[in-house]
Amino acid sequence: MTPLPDTLAAEDADLVSAVDALVARHGSARGELLPLLQDLLADRGEISDLAVQVVADRLGIAPTEVQGVVTFYKFLGTGPRGRHMIRLCHTLSCVMAGARDVATTLETELAIPVGATTPDGAVTLEWANCIGMCATPPALLADAEAFGDLTPERVREIVAAVRAADVPG
Amino acid sequence: MIIRTPLTLASVHPDIGLRVALARTPADVVEQVTRSGIRGRGGAGFPTGLKWRLASEAPAPDGRRHVVCNADEGEPGTFKDRALLSVVPDLVVEGMTIAAWAIGATSGVVYLRGEYVYLRDELESCLARRRAAGLLGNDILGTPGFCFDIHIRLGSGAYVCGEETALLESLEGRRGEPRNRFPYPVVRGLYQAPTIVNNVETLAWVPAVLARGADWFLGIGTPGSSGPKLLSVSGDVARPGVYEFPFGVTVRAVLEASGGEDARAVVVGGASGVCVPASDFSRGISYEDLCTGGAIIVLGPHRDLLDVAENFLEFFVDESCGQCTPCRLGNPVLLEGVRSLKRGECGPERLGELRRLGHTMKDASKCGLGQSSPNFFLSLVDRFGPEISDRVPV
Ligand SMILES: Cc1cc2nc3c(=O)[nH]c(=O)nc-3n(C[C@H](O)[C@H](O)[C@H](O)COP(=O)(O)O)c2cc1C
Ligand code: SF4
Ligand code: FES
Repeated sequence: MTPLPDTLAAEDADLVSAVDALVARHGSARGELLPLLQDLLADRGEISDLAVQVVADRLGIAPTEVQGVVTFYKFLGTGPRGRHMIRLCHTLSCVMAGARDVATTLETELAIPVGATTPDGAVTLEWANCIGMCATPPALLADAEAFGDLTPERVREIVAAVRAADVPG
Repeated sequence: MIIRTPLTLASVHPDIGLRVALARTPADVVEQVTRSGIRGRGGAGFPTGLKWRLASEAPAPDGRRHVVCNADEGEPGTFKDRALLSVVPDLVVEGMTIAAWAIGATSGVVYLRGEYVYLRDELESCLARRRAAGLLGNDILGTPGFCFDIHIRLGSGAYVCGEETALLESLEGRRGEPRNRFPYPVVRGLYQAPTIVNNVETLAWVPAVLARGADWFLGIGTPGSSGPKLLSVSGDVARPGVYEFPFGVTVRAVLEASGGEDARAVVVGGASGVCVPASDFSRGISYEDLCTGGAIIVLGPHRDLLDVAENFLEFFVDESCGQCTPCRLGNPVLLEGVRSLKRGECGPERLGELRRLGHTMKDASKCGLGQSSPNFFLSLVDRFGPEISDRVPV
């Protein structure tokens, strides 16, 4: 990756001040990289290439170091994603309890396949590995909340609630 | 949260263990923990007292030592740590505080998996409550010079970060790639300082051991595996959930309690574990027999064991950090092998190669992930021979 350019376009100033605010909160130690990136993703909805460069610059490390961390963790990652994340568990206990059927219901409700984002940018649907809800399978995470004992009706309610809470931006 | 048996920990009076500990010398506390025989409840079963002694004796050039609570609970089929963090968070924090006294640590971290972010606020309030009550912070419970505080760090969706050295890398702001284990974290852990990493459940039992005495703990379980153990039971059972049993409990007794008597096989130890056939249901759950962090996944009569192997290997292919070759390349080959077995296209020679590959991965992988990912497949080949050979064309 190229280093941070000396001059930034006006529309990027927003991102830079967001990163600076986070650096002010967490400090610029390397050890704070994960919480910083987690908060950045929550604030901005994505970790862009430029964000990677700005963070690297402020922490005094190479952009590739930051990029390496961003791409390592499934809950981080570069590029745009939905304003809400629905993560459906596809590990054994959930699959044995019908996670594949739940996936079909979700795909129908959201009109996207697993792995995609709705065209309005509201929801990304992903697979997750075991989320610790194996006693009430199938289970999913909708943003920070866990739901188990999923049925088609339950899934429709969850999707409706996620959509109702969405603020298009 | 479904808890199916009364939990001993729910009846342990808070902060008695800590008071007992602070009335003794740190070395005496280590001695008590050692005498109780308690071993790590995260899966590997390392003796907790020994871990603490090594960390307390390791030189700490800048005076720092750390206590890390491993709340990354990512093994498929495990959810007992989530239960403990919800029901008895104070005991987990108290256990960390006792550990800090024992090894001379000044800082602690709870590494909470990102999937459990909904537990964070409650844990933060628990920490705040304890600070206000003088149970964390400076001169804890009026003990001059005993200063210890804890913060919470969230994971970000990486199973391998439950491996203790990957966890430390993650805490230092890096990719969660396991370190070489020499030196061990007890000698050089977080930022090179002596560090103990303990599982949530291990830490939660510590106040009970101090409050009720090492002999109480030793009196439960088997000679090599003292104390009660929490099990996470899921799969084809009528009553899935968290169960407490003394170590040594047989697979059959777990099945009877949870309503899974018609099981054809049981996975003990999650995706890293082994497949136990019905003929072995009289075996016991303990470090010396069927060793597990507590994941019990029950497979009913209609289940295809190769489907299970395929699901687990997909998991490992997805979660391997990719750092070392046996694991990065071996898991996809095992996965393709299981798929070819399912299609009836894996001949006896190929099956033999897959078996040897599995053993090579166990021997040559850098961390526990690649060392245990072949376990389930190998247990099928070894213990379900006729069933597998039915799928092998001659
Ligand atoms: C791939 C992998 C994942 C692990 N995940 C966890 C985990 O989620 N929680 C845990 O306590 N230990 C986990 N462990 C075991 C830890 O490395 C370590 O042994 C444990 O935290 C030590 O605590 P204990 O002695 O109290 O069990 C994992 C190990 C490996 C190899
Ligand atoms: S065994 Fe797998 S997870 Fe462990 S270091 Fe090697 S590649 Fe990474
Ligand atoms: S297998 Fe789906 S939550 Fe554990």
